[in-house]
Amino acid sequence: MVRLDQVGLDLGRGDTRTAVLHDLSFDVPEGGFRWLLGESGAGKTSLLRLLCLSALPTNGRLNLLGCDIASARRSDLPPLRRRIGVVFQDFRLLPHLSVYDNVALPLRIAGRPEGQIRVDAVELLGWVGLSRKLDARPAELSGGEQQRVAIARAVVARPLLLLADEPTGNLDEEQAERLMRLLQELNRLGTTVLVATHNTAMVHRYPAHTLRLHEGQLIRDD
Amino acid sequence: MTRSLLRPPGFDDLGVRRALSDRLLPCLVAAMAFLAALALAGAVGATALAQHWQSGAGGMITVQVPQPGDSIGSTTRLDRVRAALTATAGIAGTRTLSDDQLRVLLRPWLGTTTGDISIPLPAVIDVQVAGAGPDRATLVAALETAAPGTLVEEHDRWVKRLATLARSLQACAALAFAVVAFVAVAVIAVATRAGLASRRDAIEIVHGLGATDQFIARSFAQRATVLAGIGAGIGAVAALPVLASLAGLAAPFGNAAAPDGIAGAVGSIPLTLWLSVLCLPPLAAAIGWLTAHRTVRRWLRRLP
Repeated sequence: MVRLDQVGLDLGRGDTRTAVLHDLSFDVPEGGFRWLLGESGAGKTSLLRLLCLSALPTNGRLNLLGCDIASARRSDLPPLRRRIGVVFQDFRLLPHLSVYDNVALPLRIAGRPEGQIRVDAVELLGWVGLSRKLDARPAELSGGEQQRVAIARAVVARPLLLLADEPTGNLDEEQAERLMRLLQELNRLGTTVLVATHNTAMVHRYPAHTLRLHEGQLIRDD
Repeated sequence: MTRSLLRPPGFDDLGVRRALSDRLLPCLVAAMAFLAALALAGAVGATALAQHWQSGAGGMITVQVPQPGDSIGSTTRLDRVRAALTATAGIAGTRTLSDDQLRVLLRPWLGTTTGDISIPLPAVIDVQVAGAGPDRATLVAALETAAPGTLVEEHDRWVKRLATLARSLQACAALAFAVVAFVAVAVIAVATRAGLASRRDAIEIVHGLGATDQFIARSFAQRATVLAGIGAGIGAVAALPVLASLAGLAAPFGNAAAPDGIAGAVGSIPLTLWLSVLCLPPLAAAIGWLTAHRTVRRWLRRLP
């Protein structure tokens, strides 16, 4: 499902070029669940950017969903991205679209028929408790509500790989629990899940395999 | 709720309508289309004038016979020249200008009081040539023999010069049209780049959700197509009064009467020019599509 072999990532250009990830090697099998831990600046977000193909490895080999990224053509990447759901730390919602349209966007990009999009998007927004805010713009929502929209958008296309960067950061305890139950349910249905977090209490409550990063290097994989 | 969930046609996922303003770009394209219409008018006018000159003066020879009434033997010099022309191969017909017609020709130089001019006037014969026409050297020799001092003037030489001038005008018009098209491409490319910069975040999000380059480029290209088409339509309509006015001014050169009123002026615009101007909006729309599409695809190469 996910395999990294000596993967590194440099950001910036020329003199400002900096290595943010160094020689990462680990596997996440299909249907696996991983916590990604590490202090701020350890490289968690950079690793998630690699895994959602927002950045490509500078060195090493990355295999995602059976595709070797180094040898993939540019045109191979969009279909791959559609099978990866991402919950960003800063939500990354489109401010000019309504809540419904934000959640429907991945399905529209995938070319799904509007009737099916409507059923899936409305059902999921109901599940995250935003049935009454379908027409609202992101700016009209609280941080927690925006995060729930971002979560709904990430999972609406039923991704094979789900990446989440601090998904419970803006949620109250009840919402965080609901989100964790959703992630577990998706995982139980076969979705591979990788969650970056600082929330150690949540990690203890939902024990799973853990990857710990420190200064761009993997220091624990158990 | 149902109303808001139906995706309207042309739904703007990327917010491109904000990125490509419906004011500046159409105005600039309208100005380009206006200039393009003038360039087209120049090209069409030059072609029409060249054809007019070709059909009017091409294939004509003018023969001047000094002292036409003087006799050589039993016949006048004029009759001898006419007989020589009739006997020459490659001549379809001749027409001797009357004194009144000569006075009309001389009026620009001698004024209207040419009724009693004292200087001797030559006879002037318009000769219509057939096919390739007579051999010039043979004709000159035959007329010199018939009436010494007879002058032969071929219009072909002038027509060729005028045709060269017309071709030069056409080339200038084509060059002006090409420059206008190039500027239109540059304007659309710059507007598209500005739009891309302003929607960068949205594009990166949509790209990250798995949108293809084609999906993103199509959004911008559709918007640029509409704006360029509308702008060119406005420019073409704005150019029509100018074209009608120019066509009215040029009408006498084509032996047509000056048009009366607005309807007459519009009606005097040649069909070719009408069709050319009508093609401007779809042409601008095509330029808009291709330029925006290409610009976006090139910009997207910076994303993984």
